[in-house]
Amino acid sequence: MSSYEDLDPLPLILGDQTYSTIDEQIADVVIDQKRHNKKTWFMPIGIAFLLVNVLLVTVGWLLYQGIGIWGNNIPTAWAFDIVNFVWWIGIGHAGTLISAILLLMRQQWRNSINRFSEAMTIFAVMCAGMFPLLHTGRPWVAFYWLFPFPNILGIWPQFKSPLMWDVFAVSTYFTVSLVFWYIGLIPDFATLRDRSTNKYQKYIYAFLSLGWRGSAKHWHRYEQAYLLLAGLSTPLVLSVHSIVSFDFAVSVVPGWNITVFPPYFVAGAVFAGFAMVILLMIPVRKMYGLENIVTMKHFDWMAKITLATGLIVAYGYTLELFYGWYAGTKIEHELLTWRMDFFHKPYSWAYWMLILCNIIVPQAFWNKKCRQSYFWLILVSLSVTVGMWLERFVIIPMSLMNTYLPSSSRMYYPTIWDFSMFIGTIGFFIMMMWLFIRFLPAINVFEVKDLLHKMHVQKRTHKEEAVATTSGGTH
Amino acid sequence: MAKARYYGIAAQFESPDDLMAAVRRSREAGYSRMDAYTPFPIHGLTDEMRFRDERVPLFMFLGGLIGAISGFFLQTYTNAWDYPFNVGGKPLIGYPAWVPITFECTILFSALTGVLSMIIMNGLPQPYDPMFNIPSFARASQDRFFLCIEARDPNFSPTEVTTFLETLNPLTVEAVPR
Repeated sequence: MSSYEDLDPLPLILGDQTYSTIDEQIADVVIDQKRHNKKTWFMPIGIAFLLVNVLLVTVGWLLYQGIGIWGNNIPTAWAFDIVNFVWWIGIGHAGTLISAILLLMRQQWRNSINRFSEAMTIFAVMCAGMFPLLHTGRPWVAFYWLFPFPNILGIWPQFKSPLMWDVFAVSTYFTVSLVFWYIGLIPDFATLRDRSTNKYQKYIYAFLSLGWRGSAKHWHRYEQAYLLLAGLSTPLVLSVHSIVSFDFAVSVVPGWNITVFPPYFVAGAVFAGFAMVILLMIPVRKMYGLENIVTMKHFDWMAKITLATGLIVAYGYTLELFYGWYAGTKIEHELLTWRMDFFHKPYSWAYWMLILCNIIVPQAFWNKKCRQSYFWLILVSLSVTVGMWLERFVIIPMSLMNTYLPSSSRMYYPTIWDFSMFIGTIGFFIMMMWLFIRFLPAINVFEVKDLLHKMHVQKRTHKEEAVATTSGGTH
Repeated sequence: MAKARYYGIAAQFESPDDLMAAVRRSREAGYSRMDAYTPFPIHGLTDEMRFRDERVPLFMFLGGLIGAISGFFLQTYTNAWDYPFNVGGKPLIGYPAWVPITFECTILFSALTGVLSMIIMNGLPQPYDPMFNIPSFARASQDRFFLCIEARDPNFSPTEVTTFLETLNPLTVEAVPR
């Protein structure tokens, strides 16, 4: 059998693959635990574990001392906590985009990367959730006013507030993403159950697979539910980041109350998320020899989406400037100067770094060579990741420092605890990702088999067509 | 021969196409109680088996409807009836501000109903199934495709079904004990 390169110079699955070679490449990463006893697994998770300890120390000190250990104070009531919240939740959005929106659009290349990015979504939302929860100072008390929980005070949350919308949006998003992820894992757990020879492994995966046996009748209902969940997740992901942007856009703070915020935030989220998928997929692909299943074509297409969403974000920045100018009020003009005057304003470097990282560097992806080179993929993704963090920094604390009443405007400086908490969540995220790679199949086994089957069918029809054109080409 | 000793007769195939052809021929031969077992969903297989179940989408729709109503009711009850709360002079039932939470509740209820109804109607979790009795069935989740003609089929007779399945180009044909 010839390989798929005949049909497409850059196919989605490389080499001569059968269903069992796919199992060997993906499922056996989990089954053969010895494959992880190497530096490649222990080094990242070791560093991540240290950072998780930094997080725990920070959270401990925060709960003991109160949120005064952070740098934010009136007028800058929101700073690192909300910057990091929006940054993390944005990173999570690529997972839902890949698993749901690309499924609805029948983009089959998603099959090789959706599991990985869905896991990323879940862990990123966990990291995101920590910030607003801890910003309440005492999360166990916050329960009364975050959720409509009947309590002896007889009061309820105020549902006209975007912050309440946020609570519902993020918790719904987390729940639905988790369920969607688990549903996708059930058939793969069955594969792991049937492949493993270790008794305990078999028990655990059998338990998790719910006794899945691949019955056609089960697949029938499974696919209906899966497709409809994708259909629900699509508006959900758009609504979540729109609602996150409402936290700002519904207020009257200069630099926040702009109608372009919802689409601009959603595009920014996808932008940052795809950059993160590229950034994490490259080492994982190398470490576990997944080059045949996650190919350069995947990176090429992810880079294209990054570029496209980057351009939407650039449009958002332009509109921010336009609104600032067109508003015609003193405070809006002051805000523009505050952000952009490189020689006089203290944080303007953040604005220009953001333009460099988010608009200028990603333009490299117009070049096909850059889209398919590890160096450029990593460079641009890192740049976007930093740039998107700076974007939220420019929008959130930098808008708050400048108030309507000049006498109350104050500089904001983050403290060491702001940084340690942020770095700690990065450690938490990496630790969860690396545990995921070790104990769950990082690539969707049954969907890659489905993709392989479709490629077989495609190749066969292509051959038949070729035969038909050569034999019928005389008239 | 007592039917009850068997769950059915299962044939193992190497490719989805063989399985699809086998299902078609079994149906043409008059068998109606059968199921196929595959490592990944194969489109058209249930159509070929004349199996159709549209209840999951229906339940998801109803779940969404209940979610929308409860989301809206939750906000109306808490902020307008139980503890009327004046926010900036806005109307008590300020429904435009309630769209986001109503929407999120719709999605949440619909998604959870969908997942639960799929799992429950599939009879999961189910640790034991007669199909697991045949040793080669472990490959149904890996790279083999199974067709089982069940004993509850009115035309079932172990010998006839075995001979019939052997004409379909299978890798193996095995009786599935109960």
